[in-house]
Amino acid sequence: MQRQVALIKQSLFDQGYLDEQFIELEELQDDANPNFVEEVATLYFKDSARLISNIEQALERGSFDFNRLDNYMHQFKGSSTSIGASKVKTECTMFREYCRVGNAEGFLTIPYLRRVQMFEDFQATEERARNVEKEA
Amino acid sequence: MATTSTSTGDIKKTKSVEVKKKLNVLIVDDDTVIRKLHENIIKSIGGISQTAKNGEEAVNIHRDGNASFDLILMDKEMPERDGLSKLREMKVTSMIIGVTTLADNEEERKAFMEAGLNHCLAKPLSKAKILPLINNLMDA
Repeated sequence: MQRQVALIKQSLFDQGYLDEQFIELEELQDDANPNFVEEVATLYFKDSARLISNIEQALERGSFDFNRLDNYMHQFKGSSTSIGASKVKTECTMFREYCRVGNAEGFLTIPYLRRVQMFEDFQATEERARNVEKEA
Repeated sequence: MATTSTSTGDIKKTKSVEVKKKLNVLIVDDDTVIRKLHENIIKSIGGISQTAKNGEEAVNIHRDGNASFDLILMDKEMPERDGLSKLREMKVTSMIIGVTTLADNEEERKAFMEAGLNHCLAKPLSKAKILPLINNLMDA
């Protein structure tokens, strides 16, 4: 069982979903904080779901408030960086660039695909992490 | 108990590394994940902490006067004011470390230091980054 968990975790690193910051979280888990990683991950998923919902609502409105979108992305990127969610962090960076240049058209085409990819990456990361929890 | 770590990858999980004195730290950050991470980092190096979601909360905590902090860890990229100038106006003597993605940018670092920070650290924060800095600042 532990070997399976280790393999799943390694695959998350190998596929670029997680980076060395996640190892930092694991290093902080000890007898005094035995559930630290799970607690941080749970906070991250809860907070991220809220941010993604805000982003989706902002995009559905049609007229893009790039400052607001950039603010959401900034928050999402910050927490993703802190937890080691590498792919999500990268996608947030790209999104922020489009926000900065006010590229509405680009936002709707290629960034849309990136946007979908980001959400899919996020969901994949969440699902895999929950599987790791269940296995542990 | 103390062992030294030379880089992020060299930290040994089995041994704890602590600051030379028990620190009381105020963590100022608008992100719940980051506040939790920083709380735990401070705890892991033998300190205690309180958190604030923004500069206004940080200033109010100081105004209440119930706590005195050795160190303030301040996110320098919050959308709202981080309270740095206000805290300096209040003659807060705590050491203030800014946490920012711009820590490696020389111009930005200079601007931050002129604004009242004692030091800057790059995000994301880690035990390996903060521990040597805190010990050096405490020795100074």
